Amino acid sequence: MGVRTWLGSIGASTPLGSWPVYRQLTGADRLGRGAAAQSPRHVGLRPRTASADRVAGSVCPFCAVGCAQKVYVRDEEVVQIEGDPDSPISRGRLCPKGSASLQLVTGPQRLDKVRYRAPYATEWTELDLHEAMEMIADRVVAARERGWQERDAQGRRLNRTVGLAALGGATLDNEENYLLKKLFTAMGAIQIENQARI
Amino acid sequence: MNRLYGPLDDVAGDAGHVEHPPRVGFFTDTSVCIGCKACEVACKEWNAVPEDGLDLLGMSFDNTGMLGADSWRHVAFVEQPRRTAHQDPAFAGLPTGPSGIPETAGAVEPRLEAAPRGGSELGTNPLPPGGPEPQELGMPGFSRPGDLTGPESRTDFRWLMASDVCKHCTHAGCLDVCPTGALFRTEFGTVVVQQDLCNGCGYCVSGCPYGVIDRRQHDGRANKCTLCYDRLGDGLEPACAKACPTDSIQFGELDELRERADRRLAQLHDLGVSEARLYGRDPDDGVGGDGAFFLLLDEPEVYGLPPDPHVPTRDAPSMWKRAGQAAAAFLLAGAAAFLAGGRR
Amino acid sequence: MNSDCIVIMGSNMAEAHPVGFQWVMEAKGRGARVIHIDPRFTRTSAVADTYVPIRAGSDIAFLGGVIRYVLDNDLDFREYVAAYTNASFLVSEDFADTEDLDGLFSGYDPRTGAYERDSWYYEGTEPPRDDDGSRAKTFSEPFQAGASGAGVAGAHLAERDPTLQHPRCVFQVLKRHFARYTPEMVERVCGTPQEQFLDVCRAWTTNSNRDRTTALVYSVGWTQHSVGAQYIRAGAILQLLLGNIGRPGGGVFALRGHASIQGSTDIPTLFNLLPGYLAMPNVAHTDLDAWMADQRTGGHKGYGYDVDAYMVSLLKEYFGDAATPENDFGFDWLPRIDGDHGTYRTVMDMIDGKVSGYFVLGQNPAVGSAHGRLQRLGMANLDWLVVRDLNEIETATFWRDSPEIETGEIVPERCRTEVFLMPAASHVEKEGTFTQTQRMLQWRTKAVEPSGDRRSELWFAYHLGRLVRERLAGSTRERDQPMLNLAWDYATEGGHDGTGEWVEPSADDVLRRINGYDLTTGDLLPDYLGLKADGSTSCGCWIYSGVYAEGVNQAARRKSHTEQGPYDAEWGWTWPMNRRVLYNRASADPEGRPWSERKKLVWWDADEGAWTGYDIPDFPRNTPPGHRPPEDATGPEALSGDDPFIMQPDGKAWLFAPHGLLDGPLPTHYEPHESPVRNPLYGQQGNPTRKVYGRPDNPSNPAPPEAGSEVFPYVLTAARLTEHHTAGGMSRQLPYLSELQPALFVEVSPELARERGLTHLGDAHVVTSRSAVQARVVVTDRMAPLRIDGRVVHQVWLPYHFGHTGLVSGDVVNDLFGVVEDSNVFIQESKVATCDVRPGPRPRGPALRALLDEVRAAAGITVETGTRIATAPGVAHTEEGS
Repeated sequence: MGVRTWLGSIGASTPLGSWPVYRQLTGADRLGRGAAAQSPRHVGLRPRTASADRVAGSVCPFCAVGCAQKVYVRDEEVVQIEGDPDSPISRGRLCPKGSASLQLVTGPQRLDKVRYRAPYATEWTELDLHEAMEMIADRVVAARERGWQERDAQGRRLNRTVGLAALGGATLDNEENYLLKKLFTAMGAIQIENQARI
Repeated sequence: MNRLYGPLDDVAGDAGHVEHPPRVGFFTDTSVCIGCKACEVACKEWNAVPEDGLDLLGMSFDNTGMLGADSWRHVAFVEQPRRTAHQDPAFAGLPTGPSGIPETAGAVEPRLEAAPRGGSELGTNPLPPGGPEPQELGMPGFSRPGDLTGPESRTDFRWLMASDVCKHCTHAGCLDVCPTGALFRTEFGTVVVQQDLCNGCGYCVSGCPYGVIDRRQHDGRANKCTLCYDRLGDGLEPACAKACPTDSIQFGELDELRERADRRLAQLHDLGVSEARLYGRDPDDGVGGDGAFFLLLDEPEVYGLPPDPHVPTRDAPSMWKRAGQAAAAFLLAGAAAFLAGGRR
Repeated sequence: MNSDCIVIMGSNMAEAHPVGFQWVMEAKGRGARVIHIDPRFTRTSAVADTYVPIRAGSDIAFLGGVIRYVLDNDLDFREYVAAYTNASFLVSEDFADTEDLDGLFSGYDPRTGAYERDSWYYEGTEPPRDDDGSRAKTFSEPFQAGASGAGVAGAHLAERDPTLQHPRCVFQVLKRHFARYTPEMVERVCGTPQEQFLDVCRAWTTNSNRDRTTALVYSVGWTQHSVGAQYIRAGAILQLLLGNIGRPGGGVFALRGHASIQGSTDIPTLFNLLPGYLAMPNVAHTDLDAWMADQRTGGHKGYGYDVDAYMVSLLKEYFGDAATPENDFGFDWLPRIDGDHGTYRTVMDMIDGKVSGYFVLGQNPAVGSAHGRLQRLGMANLDWLVVRDLNEIETATFWRDSPEIETGEIVPERCRTEVFLMPAASHVEKEGTFTQTQRMLQWRTKAVEPSGDRRSELWFAYHLGRLVRERLAGSTRERDQPMLNLAWDYATEGGHDGTGEWVEPSADDVLRRINGYDLTTGDLLPDYLGLKADGSTSCGCWIYSGVYAEGVNQAARRKSHTEQGPYDAEWGWTWPMNRRVLYNRASADPEGRPWSERKKLVWWDADEGAWTGYDIPDFPRNTPPGHRPPEDATGPEALSGDDPFIMQPDGKAWLFAPHGLLDGPLPTHYEPHESPVRNPLYGQQGNPTRKVYGRPDNPSNPAPPEAGSEVFPYVLTAARLTEHHTAGGMSRQLPYLSELQPALFVEVSPELARERGLTHLGDAHVVTSRSAVQARVVVTDRMAPLRIDGRVVHQVWLPYHFGHTGLVSGDVVNDLFGVVEDSNVFIQESKVATCDVRPGPRPRGPALRALLDEVRAAAGITVETGTRIATAPGVAHTEEGS
């Protein structure tokens, strides 16, 4: 049995087969710079997108070009966001901001809990979400009353409140803006504006 | 087989990949780069490369500075008081004075000198070749700006942008000097660091003729562009090339990219852009040609690229020869000494 | 992409819209010429064929010069102009131009700062009753005309001269109006050397004809001016004269800056609009008929006439079964506006103690709105503030770390504002549509459930409505009836809070209701053509009707562009009715034939008896080119076969706007509110109708002929960087973006650096009468001085993304700007002001206020400074009590 034959017989059945020196001696990569040097971890390496449970079709949240995104989800976590090559607008490309979408969505800067600053307080405190909603609803009703205007000086119908105002919408969905405008209008609140004015 | 320099048709085969896909790479056409840096961000997002410092460098819009362990893509910005053939003079007829570029370069220079490594990590060099000496800027001028309409007023201007990356050389200095096998040639012909094998010795850092590879500060391991080795495994293009809005970064089979680059170069030359040139395209260069090569609009030095890179191992055979001569000489000397002593 | 020449002006497209810019680069690669006209040499200029410098705030002078060049050299697309525009219409004998009145049009009233517009009408038409410019100015009426065009009574009866020779025809009026916009004048006003200006003229005109088209691209570099609407009018006039509207490769492209800013205008969170650009009722609208009459002030032609069907269908969606013919479909439940309720007015009302509560939803006014100090002082004087955002932004923390804390103007222990900071769901944690900049709705599917307290705005609005309705339940008060009768029965789906009372509302159901239903059958409507005014249809936004045609969410379609035609009709859905190119009837000649084979888009197919083409024809499908309607026809039936501009009351594009604008029927160069120079064109310095807020907390820098302008000798402009997003709330918090542009800097030319002793990378502060902002100096050849009216003028530029929180921080650049607005649309002038630049860091704390007192005194600034908007009569427009 020559050395080579011996190496071959154990190489097939033992971890020695993955020993680079072994592969270097037996394979075509005599200088040990390619196949022989490849660690097991790097053999058949696949991208994390390949193991996603699902891919959601989305749209970049930054500017108004409307680049299509693919959102890769594994174990209910977003693991990658990149351009969708099918889009006739963007053809899969993204600018630096769009390319940072993963960090935008999953980064530690994201707020996770309601923060509350009481009048005259110098620090935030925590507040339960549903309790916050109830508190806000109370305040909305009161502000609406306080700013109510039935008629103007000439007796013309105003039927409105100037007690509460809103700003925002250019980053929201159409459906969200629709409900906000509808709700504000029904409450008689008129000072609702967004970035389109700015 | 197993050559260390010169042209090489089958890099992956040479590295022992018996059946392998065609060699792939990047062709970066800097003439359409808009300097958006999407490549830098897409690369970092995909490869989870850490943030690399929050310093305003003053090198035009470049705040990355150079390629390194935490910057695998780097967009260089070069402001020059000259113009490309197809562009009209930007400031003709305006009441301009002399260019401020030498002065801004003068202000940036000390910072660059303080950089941890000299040479290639300059990233972008805002100094135009042959430009005037830096002047002190900070004293109000004696002439009113509108007065300066003579020969020294600036009319021409251009702003070059180029996304730099690891060249994935045909003969990769980093790989050749790596003692642990952490660096290896993939079946795609690219060069990748295997973090599980890297011991942080740093030989590769000095082995790279472009100053690309670097050690990460927190663990000392070498890092650089992998050409998204994992994505290639699934038939995806690397993150930077996919994101690039204007297709300045093109990914593909190297042979095809070289043809595409030749066509683009001819097109630009036809348009009169005679300064356009390819960099890293030539298999006869000092690294056997780059897997990632470029179309530039000026000398490579202007972009912070070495004009004539060569792999350290190119000199290895002659070095061995010299070492052999030295050893022989030593032996001879020893023998001579022995003989001399024996005569005694 | 189909363009032969692309002119980018008022936009830094490569930096602000990089992915959209791929199409410009592709066109350039195929031989199109790209021209960038901008105060700064930007990354867009770097790859353009031609960069043309211009002074910020002088674009109308430039465009007026190009218009003059076109008219003087007979380079207009005459067949197109004669057939499709109002060039042949005669203007009233009473009309007087800026040529006659030194920069004013006829009808100006210096006391109100507004025009009586009766004299601007066509010969033979009646101005609408109650056409009071000063009233219209109070609530931004022109904005209300959004999608449907402004009305002109009997426009189809107007006198016309098809030869375009009559001295009072629009074509000749236009010629006279722009006669003084010569290349020499352009150079004097804009600082653009004549040769470069003429080069642009030649490129634009040689690339605009039957075979060639030029596209015009603008962004907020045009809108954020006190003459902003007229900038766009000037661009539109030029493109109409050259036949570049409704044709492939032509057009005027407004590049908008936020994911759904187009959507938030279409479905407005804006005070003076209801969905689909329907006017918010005002005090004069005693009932639905009165409102309707006002909307039809004249137009009997085109789709704008069907406004009754749109409004009634909206009311049916709002109030459901409670909206009946008997109660005017609930019209009286709508609140009435009677003046300015815009965001800046509201902020001043906060300071004045008139507002109790404020919702800020995905916006960061403490940084992103003009006059940041005013914004923050307003918020510090509220009862409560609700901020909903992804991250902790400056608007939420004004009580803790705003610059006014340092100056002592806000003391946390004495600031009563209660603040709720609520985490919002991100774009991948909810589903819904964004409308992008070319009117395309694209649906996003939900990738993951939001964690913790993160919720969608849909959830927030829905539950806030539910809770308020609970609190008002049983009320018999009239004011509570709209809330109690509100159709708030949206479908829900299990969300983060499960299926209980905090369930997630269904965005899909909301979109269906926006699309609208036939209430007699319960079917989703195929498009807006089926809307009725009798209460038998409901529709939340008429222009979006069709987005759910055939029961399919059309916005969710994602057929690859590689598998469909050039107009990609099966990707998303574009309003109206999935048309990509608006007014594309104009791509064919009056007989319905394409102007050229190369620019073919939509044409008349005589065999089919229908319009056909690559895009969906924007015209009544079966109306032949030669059709002439009967005299008594109304609405779409009144359109002639050669009336491509189907939303206009006369079917024609308006070179001259007899109605609809408050500051003139034609664009006129006025100097910005703050300018270092006297207007070289007219005695009238600035826009005589601009909206000023003369208050001590909103000072203006003086502009000639007022004294003191030399204290602020430089032109200031601000804009975006590619690497950050607007007020930074979505970028300064991210390491990968922050490292790319880590600090606030100010760009100056080498000449200005020498003049002011500024050193590269050193500190400097930019000073206006509002604030001083510190920034690192970047000396660059990209900035160049201009020669304006014989003197050298420097411009300085800063990116406006920075604030005090986030990974990278800096002073708020918007603090430098005051509030002065375009009277048509109430958009503030934040693209140009005047300033000084001084070396070194700015003073801090109370010393900052002292510095500002000092510069205001040096410039002689009082509350009246800048408020004399009519230069000659000089009436100050200040607020009561100021």
